[in-house]
Amino acid sequence: MKKNKQKELKINRRELLAGSASLGAIAFSSKVAYSKETNLDNLPPNVPEWTGELGEGVDANPYGMPSEFENNVIRRNVEWLTASTESSVNFTPIQDLEGIVTPNGLCFERHHGGVSIINPKDYRLMINGLVDREMIFTLDDLKRFPQTNKFYFLECAANGGMEWKGSQLNGCQYTFGMVHNVQYTGVKLSDLILETGLKPKAKWVLAEGSDSSGMTRSIPIEKILDDCMIAWAMNGEALRSEQGYPARLVVPGWEGNMWVKWLRRLEFGDMPYMTREETSKYTDLLPDGKARMFTWVMDAKSVVTSPSPEKSILYRGIQQLRGLAWSGRGKIKRVDVSLDGGKNWQTAKLHDPVMSKSLARFTLPFEWNGQELLVQSRAIDETNYVQPTIHELQKLRGVNSIYHNNSIATWKVNKDGTVDNVRLG
Amino acid sequence: MFALVKKSLIFFVLLFIPNLIIADERKFNLGKIATKTEIAGWDIDVRPDGLGAPLGSGNAIKGEEVYAEQCASCHGDFGEGIDRWPELVGGEDSLDTHDPVKTTGSYWPYASTMYDYIYRAMPFGVAQSLTYDETYQVVAYLLYMNEIIDEDFVLNNKNIGKIKMPNVKGFLIPDPRPDIANVNGNPCMQNCNSSTKIIGKARDIDVTPEEEKS
Ligand code: HEC
Repeated sequence: MKKNKQKELKINRRELLAGSASLGAIAFSSKVAYSKETNLDNLPPNVPEWTGELGEGVDANPYGMPSEFENNVIRRNVEWLTASTESSVNFTPIQDLEGIVTPNGLCFERHHGGVSIINPKDYRLMINGLVDREMIFTLDDLKRFPQTNKFYFLECAANGGMEWKGSQLNGCQYTFGMVHNVQYTGVKLSDLILETGLKPKAKWVLAEGSDSSGMTRSIPIEKILDDCMIAWAMNGEALRSEQGYPARLVVPGWEGNMWVKWLRRLEFGDMPYMTREETSKYTDLLPDGKARMFTWVMDAKSVVTSPSPEKSILYRGIQQLRGLAWSGRGKIKRVDVSLDGGKNWQTAKLHDPVMSKSLARFTLPFEWNGQELLVQSRAIDETNYVQPTIHELQKLRGVNSIYHNNSIATWKVNKDGTVDNVRLG
Repeated sequence: MFALVKKSLIFFVLLFIPNLIIADERKFNLGKIATKTEIAGWDIDVRPDGLGAPLGSGNAIKGEEVYAEQCASCHGDFGEGIDRWPELVGGEDSLDTHDPVKTTGSYWPYASTMYDYIYRAMPFGVAQSLTYDETYQVVAYLLYMNEIIDEDFVLNNKNIGKIKMPNVKGFLIPDPRPDIANVNGNPCMQNCNSSTKIIGKARDIDVTPEEEKS
């Protein structure tokens, strides 16, 4: 009896809270919107409301979700960019994440024909072309090969593509969020081809997806045998459908488009296939009308995730600047931060673990007393490559190459603590 | 007991695995051999040299019908692209201008890619539904609209690899990166020569999606 009453009370209170949500909560989800305002009744010396009642029991959420209070930490898209959501992109909310692991449900999505839903029993991987044995594998077959577990970042080659000409989108998420970092579980292709054999003439591999776009890319054999893998799990659980369930290609350090999702076929050949995605798209147009082709590596890059356009400075005094850095050529060696638009730099703290072709986390404490700042970060990788300015890239490549903009961004901290994406010149 | 198990395991490994390897050189004996029919159904790619092009043919006259019925609703009657759907025709001499227009005619280096892509991915949402002949027809139509072939030119599996596209020389390999100045990992740290004048603000462009506040 008493229990029921408690439940009723609880529900009423939730409804009440929902009613007052307009005070501060931002409506992102269809869930009950909890108030995000402080309730003085819950602060010392009072006993908070959640202490005086039982919470939900186990199994209330067989698959746990983030706290209701975190419902603004979501992927977002830019609607005007594309004609349809099936051929579109959204962005990882990197400004809200800590450490280096991207939660599976927040990994940005890029599809060319929507998300395929595949029963793993219906999954087949075909390997054909210049191999000794043309073969077909089931998902269970793949899982019986020697296993490998590796952290890698995946970045879309067009990350920051809207920023070539000038600062366009006022958000860390929209300008840097086409990147994610997860631990993959799968089989290395160098192990897989022990089963099929390889003809000496095999120099290229065509990777093909089974989605509605039939995504295809050519990959040189050296890369395939070096570190490529077929993954069926990310961050310890099966791939998410939007990341290619049940199996995708992993091409460490190289542009995301090559990491073919819903992978159905690998064809070995003696020349590149010149697919639409490596001719019409993912080629970098220069001012003279010629375009660079096969620009696969994602060069070193970094971004300050807080403060950033979404992360205003709320308090004066001590601040913890946070950011992410990564390089497709190996490990991040150092990250420098400038608070005055690139005139003076200090070296940030890099946090363990720093792994090859994985996001690395950096932080830097600083004092803020209401002054304007021009915040920048600059990554240096183990090959001694130094992240360039946009002006350096523009001088070399113009402003129409869309892809591979790995330049330093500038966040202007205003006197009121709000932050703007600005271009210096 | 444990030693026994171990011993028999070693025995097993020695006895059987080498046999398997000798039998057909497969390391793990996983998966199955693909049949010709299985491969034929999935091996749909077409290479620049025409390898993989299936038997079939078509010209632009026939292609116009297929295009009007199955493509024009998105790509426009003349390939100009409706709303934000991609444009497929035009754009010649635009690649070195401020406003490059990249289409099958102005940008694509190989006609084989048109066949390959249209067959595998178009019409958007009804992928791999065109017949081989319809695909040759509609590719011929786009080539004709881009003034690359004549209206009655019959495109087929033999000549798809020989069509000369206007921008075939427009691509540079290999990748010249790192193309930026090499400072050996030691960039300027103090009193660097960097302009701090603000020349643009995303806020002023005003194209960032707004958060819905309830
Ligand atoms: C429902 C709309 C729709 C229809 C109908 C359609 N397409 Fe498309 N087409 C698209 C979209 C969307 C894309 C881009 C897909 C992506 O993002 O990868 C595209 C891309 C293309 C491209 C590549 C453009 C480029 O520059 O890379 C070609 C070529 C093409 N379509 C040809 C055709 C042909 C031929 C047909 C008819 C058989 C057709 N399409 C029917 C929507 C459509």
